[in-house]
Amino acid sequence: MQKRNMTCIVCPVGCRMEVEVDDDGRVTGVKNNACARGKKYADTEITNPQRTLTSTVRIDGAAESFLPVRTAEPISKGRLSDAMAVIRALRVSAPVSMGDALANFDGVDIIACKTTDTRTQ
Amino acid sequence: MSGDNLTESKNTDKPDNNIKSYNNIEKKVVIIGGGPAGLAAALEANRGGIPPGEILIIERDRELGGILNQCVHAGFGLHLFGEELTGPEYAQRFIDEIKAKKIGYVTDSMVLSVSPDRTVTFISPRLGFGRIAAGAVVLAMGCRERTRGALNIPGSRPAGIFSAGTAQHYVNIDGYMPGNRVVILGSGDIGLIMARRMTLEGAEVRCVCEIMPYSGGLARNIAQCLDDFGIPLLLSHTVTEIRGRERVEGVVVSRVDENLRPVPGTERYIECDTLLLSVGLIPENELTREAGIEIDRVTGGAVVNQDMETSVEGIFACGNALQVHDLADYVTLEAYRAGMSAAAYALRGPGAQDPAGMIPTRAGEGIRYIVPHKIARGAAAGVKLFFRVSGIYRDVTVRLTAGVSEKGVTNNVRLRDYKKRIVTPGEMEQIEITEKTAAQLQNAVSIGVELCKKET
Ligand SMILES: Cc1cc2nc3c(=O)[nH]c(=O)nc-3n(C[C@H](O)[C@H](O)[C@H](O)COP(=O)(O)OP(=O)(O)OC[C@H]3O[C@@H](n4cnc5c(N)ncnc54)[C@H](O)[C@@H]3O)c2cc1C
Ligand code: SF4
Repeated sequence: MQKRNMTCIVCPVGCRMEVEVDDDGRVTGVKNNACARGKKYADTEITNPQRTLTSTVRIDGAAESFLPVRTAEPISKGRLSDAMAVIRALRVSAPVSMGDALANFDGVDIIACKTTDTRTQ
Repeated sequence: MSGDNLTESKNTDKPDNNIKSYNNIEKKVVIIGGGPAGLAAALEANRGGIPPGEILIIERDRELGGILNQCVHAGFGLHLFGEELTGPEYAQRFIDEIKAKKIGYVTDSMVLSVSPDRTVTFISPRLGFGRIAAGAVVLAMGCRERTRGALNIPGSRPAGIFSAGTAQHYVNIDGYMPGNRVVILGSGDIGLIMARRMTLEGAEVRCVCEIMPYSGGLARNIAQCLDDFGIPLLLSHTVTEIRGRERVEGVVVSRVDENLRPVPGTERYIECDTLLLSVGLIPENELTREAGIEIDRVTGGAVVNQDMETSVEGIFACGNALQVHDLADYVTLEAYRAGMSAAAYALRGPGAQDPAGMIPTRAGEGIRYIVPHKIARGAAAGVKLFFRVSGIYRDVTVRLTAGVSEKGVTNNVRLRDYKKRIVTPGEMEQIEITEKTAAQLQNAVSIGVELCKKET
């Protein structure tokens, strides 16, 4: 059995938890979590850590040059840099509305975080 | 959304057509700044009975949304919406509502002055000069980065030194990476967020140096922005020298003692081409000062009452222009209060509103400041006291007290205790005054918050 200190990142409270993991890598106990979401976070963090990835992509025909995007759901932490490569290669055109799916990575949509302005010129 | 939605022009090719002048007009509520604070204040002023056409948000940037436009990371809206949004998504929800309700706004317009009689002047390349007589004014100009302390670093001043917020603008708005090998001085949230952002964009972040023995950023940001990428956080360390002629070539970092003085012999050279300074934010308060509004020397923002009204009647303040917030959700809630109060003032007109007088708040042992600074005796129930502590304390009691005067001596008597496992200067705390507590304030000369390390 192993004890690990872990900061819950689910909300800004940021509970400093103590997580007990057995020899098979299973969570057997969580302490100092202020709510149940902390325990759930500890479970996935030990088995398959997940993160939401946010970035920007180039956009044509809008008042702005870059459009903020994110993965619609958290993806595997180990896949962040591969997802970045996909996002970096993306190029979209206005108009775009918040929530539009622009691409897909590992079965998760990459969505627009903003509704673009139409260029007035 | 550049421009404004008040002009009648249908001809979008020539937005200058049919513009009515903003010179010498009247508005019930004028809001300075179109960030989350300004947007929420406008929506709430509307809910408080001000018609959409009688509200005007004045924003100097090209678009509404404020600093959230460059905060592309997630971490907004958990309190208000129960889900984690990015900055632009959080802003978009409010912008959509402003547009749907046809609440007035102008962009590319910079406010130059606010007078104590609530005349607001602004300048815009497209609309020219504006002068508006406002029924009530809401100050929501946000904050700026404090960089002064960082200028004391000896050595040359080569290219490659940026404030973290400027770097964030470069990367997220302009799509330009300011450097490849980065050292970050200061562990505030912007610095932490930028450490992750630049790492994901391919830069190598060598370390984050923090002069204090603790980080000023949220614990979750240390976990997901530094630990996730193996970026070292050097607490009690600072940059003592910058090297390089034209471009930064490296920095010397040293450990500091309890008095924050570098310890000789601990110097370490770290090669880098970029130094980001993330050394804190301060309310944008130039307009506030020039209006003759009393400023709190600790927060750098206005002194306000429970309605977020400043020392000048009819002028309200909220968001980062009032006190630097870590969470946009609290900015929104504070701005709702300011917007509602501004609407009430604009409808009611000048005049004293609380005959029972004001009770000042008192930042006691271990508390840096409290907002609001005073509370109307009759309106204390439901008011939230927002405060920051002066250091990291574990297992403490936060005590709410009332100042009671007897025979010329004032004692601070306990009203209520709140147990906390940990409080840190990086995280704003709040206490709501309950009805029961409010009833105990009848004869109080002050209401205080203090930390007690032991039960008494
Ligand atoms: C880098 C960074 C990261 C953050 N991360 C998080 C996070 O993860 N989660 C979270 O909840 N919160 C976060 N915050 C905090 C939150 O975003 C801010 O507290 C919030 O945006 C402040 O809103 P505001 O409206 O007061 O100020 P701002 O958003 O700064 O808006 C002020 C507006 O006023 C305008 N203005 C200023 N002066 C004038 C003038 N004279 N005339 C006209 N217009 C003017 C400015 O152009 C600006 O648009 C972060 C803040 C920063 C800076
Ligand atoms: S355990 Fe609950 S309260 Fe604590 S940080 Fe996680 S989500 Fe927030």
